[in-house]
Amino acid sequence: MKNIIFRILTYCKPYQKYLILTILCTLAGVSLSLVVPVLIGTAVDDTIGVQNVNFTGLGRTAILLAGTILLSAIFQWLEALFINRLAFGTVKDLRSELMAKLEEMPISYIDSNPRGDLIARVIPDIEILSDGLLQGFAQLFTGIVTILGTLILMLTVNIKITVLVVIMTPLSLIVAGKIAKLCHSSFQRQSASRGEMGALTEEFVGNQKLVKAFAYEQRAEERFAVMNQELSEAGLKATFFASVSNPATRFVNNLIYVAVGTVGALGAVGAFPWIGVMSVGKLTSFLAFANQYTKPFNEISGVVAELQNAFSCAQRVFEVLDADSEPDDSDHEVLETCKGELEIRNIKFSYTPDKPLIRDFSMHASAGQKIAIVGKTGCGKSTIINLLLRFYEIQDGEILLDHVSTKQYTRDSLRQQFGMVLQETWIFTGTVAENIAYSKPDATREEIEQAAKAVHAHGFIKRLPEGYDTVISDNSGLSQGQKQLLCIARIMLRKPPMLILDEATSSIDLRTEHRIQRAFEKLMQGRTSFIIAHRLSTIRNADWILVMQDGNITEQGNHDMLIAQNGYYAELYQSQFAG
Amino acid sequence: MQKLLKFLKPYKLELILGPTLKLLEAIFELLVPKVMANIIDYGIARQDTGYIARMCGLIIILVICGMCFALTCQYLAARCAFRYGADLRSALYQHINKLSCTELDRLGTSTLINRITNDVTASQTGVNMFIRLASRAPFLIIGAIVMVFLKDPQIALIFVIVALLVGLLLYFVMQKTIPLYSENQKKLDQIARHTGENLDGVRVIRAFSRQKQEVRKFSDECADLEQSMLAVGKISAILNPVTFAIINLGIVAVLWFGGIHVNAGALSQGDLTAFTNYMTQILLAMIALANLIVVLTKAQASSLRVAEVLETESTMQDGSEEINLNNFNNPEEFAIAFQQVSFQYENAGACALTEINFELRRGQTLGIIGGTGAGKSTLAGLICRNYDATVGEIRIFGKNIRDYQLNSLHHAIGYVPQKAVLFTGSIAENLKWADADLTESSMQKVLEIAQASEFVNALPQGAATHLVQGGRNLSGGQKQRLTIARALAGNPEILILDDSMSALDYATDARLRTALREEYPDMTKIMISQRATSLMHADLILVLEDGHCVGMGTHEALLASCEVYQEIYRSQMQENKKGAEI
Repeated sequence: MKNIIFRILTYCKPYQKYLILTILCTLAGVSLSLVVPVLIGTAVDDTIGVQNVNFTGLGRTAILLAGTILLSAIFQWLEALFINRLAFGTVKDLRSELMAKLEEMPISYIDSNPRGDLIARVIPDIEILSDGLLQGFAQLFTGIVTILGTLILMLTVNIKITVLVVIMTPLSLIVAGKIAKLCHSSFQRQSASRGEMGALTEEFVGNQKLVKAFAYEQRAEERFAVMNQELSEAGLKATFFASVSNPATRFVNNLIYVAVGTVGALGAVGAFPWIGVMSVGKLTSFLAFANQYTKPFNEISGVVAELQNAFSCAQRVFEVLDADSEPDDSDHEVLETCKGELEIRNIKFSYTPDKPLIRDFSMHASAGQKIAIVGKTGCGKSTIINLLLRFYEIQDGEILLDHVSTKQYTRDSLRQQFGMVLQETWIFTGTVAENIAYSKPDATREEIEQAAKAVHAHGFIKRLPEGYDTVISDNSGLSQGQKQLLCIARIMLRKPPMLILDEATSSIDLRTEHRIQRAFEKLMQGRTSFIIAHRLSTIRNADWILVMQDGNITEQGNHDMLIAQNGYYAELYQSQFAG
Repeated sequence: MQKLLKFLKPYKLELILGPTLKLLEAIFELLVPKVMANIIDYGIARQDTGYIARMCGLIIILVICGMCFALTCQYLAARCAFRYGADLRSALYQHINKLSCTELDRLGTSTLINRITNDVTASQTGVNMFIRLASRAPFLIIGAIVMVFLKDPQIALIFVIVALLVGLLLYFVMQKTIPLYSENQKKLDQIARHTGENLDGVRVIRAFSRQKQEVRKFSDECADLEQSMLAVGKISAILNPVTFAIINLGIVAVLWFGGIHVNAGALSQGDLTAFTNYMTQILLAMIALANLIVVLTKAQASSLRVAEVLETESTMQDGSEEINLNNFNNPEEFAIAFQQVSFQYENAGACALTEINFELRRGQTLGIIGGTGAGKSTLAGLICRNYDATVGEIRIFGKNIRDYQLNSLHHAIGYVPQKAVLFTGSIAENLKWADADLTESSMQKVLEIAQASEFVNALPQGAATHLVQGGRNLSGGQKQRLTIARALAGNPEILILDDSMSALDYATDARLRTALREEYPDMTKIMISQRATSLMHADLILVLEDGHCVGMGTHEALLASCEVYQEIYRSQMQENKKGAEI
């Protein structure tokens, strides 16, 4: 807890000046606002009764009061401005840092953490932290200053009644604490219920067309209603318990008010000589103080919950920031270009230690060769790509590029040597041109169009409402095949020395595939390329074919050799063209 | 917005009683300073300890009643809000179920999900807060004005002026900030989307070494958001200090003019104390209200979004007839017939399908082939009546498709989507989507026909195996086979396979087709594929290109006459031939 607060403060450092100004303004604003009831008391004391009002005194106090009020208001205003700068600035930095951290995290981290959870850390968690900083800190600080200030003022008026007030305040804290405990479990049930509801909605509404196709609406509504009822009940409980807190503490505060009033009044009458005689004006001020003194306790109990929430969110953010990044490799050699001779020597790799995947894998590809990898889903084909591009690091053995271990180079410069098209297309929100030029940001429009024409995407792009300037996103209505074409166009634009095509044309119809085949062939000429596909026609022309089973190569050779071998490859090939 | 008020109607009791109790609490709370004023004026002035003690007892009673009122109000508020929320959520979901695909496309599913979850919750919170807190400040102000008016109408004028000024301030700040808040929300959404895209594309980003640019772009977006938040902050920052100043300056005025009245004997010192106390209470209530404004404006914006969905009416009219094949005996009648059918998606520039004609008898198989974006899935969607044809008529089992009840139509059709989507739950539960009463033996049978029984039975828990959302723990081919089994489980009259065998190897594909032909001779089948070999044996093949039918007939006829089909077939047969040579 302490560490988290300290850590949050380190993020506030660039905004130190605002932090200090906030504190100063709060001190000034709150202190001045505390003087207000004192002055009101003085004013009341000047108005004793008929023909007994001291107008000069009242006038002076009124002017003083007005000045105090205005000054206090100005300081409160400045405080709000400064704390905004502090909170929003800190949040901006934290978010940017978090994103920078995610970009240098090992891929395994991103693969193994649910996407929604990571987004939650960047967006709502930081949002809650921001609210906590803004309201929590401000109210906590204001509250503390108010309590201390009022205490001092009350002491100057009457020590004994002050002691009475101080003794009674823990009462409201105890009440608030008890209620908070009651709330906690209901809130947990509510958020669990809300999560389930969200998941159900996402599944059903997200696949609404299927729900319709199966005429499943009614049953879906029934399931929805059950969960809705649960959520409603859990929510009702949690919200009601939480809302008890305010009236309950207000009740306790009112009791304190009554106690002060009674004792004070009796004191004024002289019934309690040990208290001392108080003027009516003093009693008025004191009552106001008692009110003012107890209020922050209320607020602080609310703020503590909010701060706790903010801290637990901060912790989730720090968890990401504290995770291990990919090791720094800026002192490694930068690979400018390569010939493309690749050798894999006895590598070993597994995602989880208890499930060995690749045990002993070796292969060699001369520069410009076309290597195809064939095998069932889950046999480790895509893992080879992860290892070649060092998205994951091999656990034993080595990968040599032009006879040098790829570990000698910076990861970035190594990856730049590969052009990669994956089965899962990635289109970001931006124009078509921006999406194609992702591989080469300084590409001219002409180059972009050339690349699009090469993969036969120019036609459908032209038909889009604004052609190359149409803003697209992953779910903006492009078909899977069209998205794949755009991803291939990226590679056409860049022309890196080596290529990796992982089911790159799986969603493109055969006719179009045949049309872009020529462009592909041209691109692959002289480039070492790795092709993963389930259409054997794409594979047959490869210089070397690797057949993988359970993380190991079981057969290798060119097409004719493998067919002659009459093993798994031959079986696979026959089955594809059997019928 | 009117639409949503309807949902509050059943909770009239809570809506009236809740604020009434709040009003009573406010009155009781206002009485406390009044009684205290009496203590000062009479108790202290007359040195009457008995009076003081009695009055203090009265205050305690007032305070206890006040708390009871408040607690009841909180409960009523929560009950009203949560039941309203539940009703609204259910109604919204049911309404979405009634929308046709045209409206679903227009609204977008992600928005709809958001509206059911987040927006309904925000609207519900708004109702809760409104009953609990928003009514408090106006009541306190009105109550205070009334109390003061009874004592001293001139001082009451000060209260009125203060209330008006604070009201104006609130209005001004809300009017300025609400649009800005929603703009900020949009910016935050954009940052969220960018984050998601970065996670999805992590491999591509790193392969192109674009991390630095991505971080810079992201930082720019964050800085932009910071600037807009500061801009709103600047406006909303004036709210509390100015309220503080207005009300406290009001107190100064009350003291000055009150002093004059006290001097004249119209007012007592105790009254003056009570007046200042009222002001302080108004201030506290106003500050609570100001903090609420953000919640209430968010609730209002959310409610509008929910209302927008509820106001969207389905453009599709349901028919009245049920599909009954007992009357469908004439072998000369068609199971499916398209007559000059054209279709254009809403807001699309061109037709997705143009003048499609074909006729298919019961038990026949239709193959649809064509390139990416040719309109194959659109055609399948028309048979499911996801959309109505823009021009022309679609007839199913001898009647216009629009005459049938959608429910009955969907029961008669088994649809296998292009993207193999399965739902959270066991395999068996997924298979029961089409038929809730599916027996164990029928389940085994459809699994077998869909070539899925082998792998399902190999699972440790068989058909009881739990599928994680979307069936992520299965391979693509396994998922496809289960979606086929799911469609067959409903024993449909028409089966639509929308390119749903793409992840199957050729041998499994062939076995599946044979099984379908043999087990379901009466089932009318529509197969969409990119493999000519998969469709070769179909009774009728439709070749689509850019929404036009460029060829129709059997495999042999098309091979002889249709250029596009020849091209498709040749490109695939080249492979076959080469394969056969070896």
